Amino acid sequence: MTGFATARALLAEFYVAPYRGAIARLRRDEDDLLMLFVFSELMGVSNPAAYFTLELQPVLLDRFHDWHRRMGLDHSPLDGIKCC
Amino acid sequence: MNAIILATLGLGTMFLGYRFYSKFIAEKIYRLDPDYATPAHAMRDNVDYVPTHRIVLWGHHFTAVAGAAPIIGPGIAIIWGWVPAFIWVTLGTVFFAGVHDFGSIWASVRNKGKSIGALTGDVVTQRARALFMIVIFLLLLMVNAVFAVTISRELVEMPSAVIPVWSAVAVALVIGVLIYKAGVHILWPTVVGTTLLYVAIYFGEIMPLSVPDQFLGMAPGAQWIVILFIYAATASMLPVWLLLQPRDYINGIQLFIGLGLLYGAVMFANPTIVAPAFNTDLPSGTPPLVPLLFVTIACGAISGFHGLVGSGTTSKQLDKETDARFVGYLGSFGEGALALVTIIAVSAGFASLAEWKAVYTSFGEGGVRAFVLGGGNILATLGLPLAFAQTLLTVMAVLFAGTTMDAGVRLQRYIVQEWGVIYNITPLQNGYVATAVAVGACLTLAFGAGGADGSGGMIIWPLFGTTNQLLAGLTLLVISLILVKQGRPSRYTLTPMVFVTSMAFLSALYQLWNLYTSGNYFLVFIDLLIIGAAVFVMLEAASALLRERRAASAAKAV
Repeated sequence: MTGFATARALLAEFYVAPYRGAIARLRRDEDDLLMLFVFSELMGVSNPAAYFTLELQPVLLDRFHDWHRRMGLDHSPLDGIKCC
Repeated sequence: MNAIILATLGLGTMFLGYRFYSKFIAEKIYRLDPDYATPAHAMRDNVDYVPTHRIVLWGHHFTAVAGAAPIIGPGIAIIWGWVPAFIWVTLGTVFFAGVHDFGSIWASVRNKGKSIGALTGDVVTQRARALFMIVIFLLLLMVNAVFAVTISRELVEMPSAVIPVWSAVAVALVIGVLIYKAGVHILWPTVVGTTLLYVAIYFGEIMPLSVPDQFLGMAPGAQWIVILFIYAATASMLPVWLLLQPRDYINGIQLFIGLGLLYGAVMFANPTIVAPAFNTDLPSGTPPLVPLLFVTIACGAISGFHGLVGSGTTSKQLDKETDARFVGYLGSFGEGALALVTIIAVSAGFASLAEWKAVYTSFGEGGVRAFVLGGGNILATLGLPLAFAQTLLTVMAVLFAGTTMDAGVRLQRYIVQEWGVIYNITPLQNGYVATAVAVGACLTLAFGAGGADGSGGMIIWPLFGTTNQLLAGLTLLVISLILVKQGRPSRYTLTPMVFVTSMAFLSALYQLWNLYTSGNYFLVFIDLLIIGAAVFVMLEAASALLRERRAASAAKAV
């Protein structure tokens, strides 16, 4: 890397690094809300957008396990999806 | 005495401290190991734990710890003469702050990146940890109140600063959106944003703004305090990427530009120091130098707040354990340098002793005002118009204080919400309610300390310093206990601990008497809380040290 490119990279890092954790947590909170919408029908909460969120279920399945654990449930709350 | 000699002497001493003393501490006491897997590697998650280049990390650490406090403290403490302030700042940085900041990072790195609060629970007692939380809450309360008063004073005194100060908020919002929503690289927003800020300073001079003399029965100072807290409450509810992050960043850039300009102007103009070396003609009502000097200048000599930053975020990003010396010790060096240039500005920035005395008419005067007046005169020698230079320094100080308030109110909200969870009070868990409670507490303190016009808020400055020093004492205690447990010499951290804690305790006692006789019962109550905390810190320290010493000698006997 040239000197200029290094300085540019360091400047970007100087901007990003102090808030990396805080922003990642904000993002995770938003993602968690999305998970709640997508899987709400399976838990008996009616969702007017179920027709659209159904398509997202397989995409979000990978994150399902982490999500239910973060929400304080040690085991999967759903009969249909038995990740643990 | 001229300013170049003072600057060289001060910076030289701090540099020697870094070169030799911190090396000794790193090798013989903390025994840093370049091969130790730091939490940033061992627990890497790319969120909180990320190995970061040491220069970047130093930049954060330094800009996170340096703010308005190393300007206000020396700006007030110069009333005793420049020699005591100079000695306390330089030696404090070398033997106190450096060891403390560096040590808090080291202690955290060796304990899975835990914060000093959590470590207090581990190595001292759970009781001490609760104490730690109380001290932090008091500290946040005072920092928000005292900075609101400082900013409101400056905005009343310098109507030319109103436009640039608030345009900095707009610039920050635009940068935040550009980076996160438009994906622009930070370089150009930095250049354009900083330029805009300086253009705003120019416009501020052409269009000075003031609030009305009376509004709803409030004087201008009080109106600004209310506006500031409404702003801080709103700002603390916004997402961090939108306001807090770009604002912090601009401040960091400002800090480097400001330090460069000030030291450059000192070297260029070489002003003569007009303030007395030791002030023998103190205005009546000035408290004794010992112990008050050591709490009036907290940041810049030693400040417990740094331990929170060092063990809270810095330690989780440390690439190599040996970087702790560079980041921690040099971080306090940077803050010492800011305090030193403030001492020069408020002692050499005036034309004569008479002019200096006109500013320092009583204890608590000076502060940012003296820094702006003196520093402005020094900057003007670089060819800047005097009014522009003064507005520039005002904006710099106000932005530092403002960002600290944003973050302070946010942290207080978290604490209030946590209480809501712990004590099962549902309304307190709500973000809006918690913010209202936090801001209400700060407003009470700001007005309770300064009367209805909010002008006397600087009475609580030494109380803020006292709390800050208590926190530093607790952090040094934790570091010392870890050292005792490992059978290493603890006197290099224990001596500063005993010193700052006893100075904080004596100051609190002195202030108790003073506040009581002046009839300020609200602050008497706050001071009593601080004294109680100080007594507990000392008791906890004594019992924990005896326990560890006994354990260490028992282990030897076996």
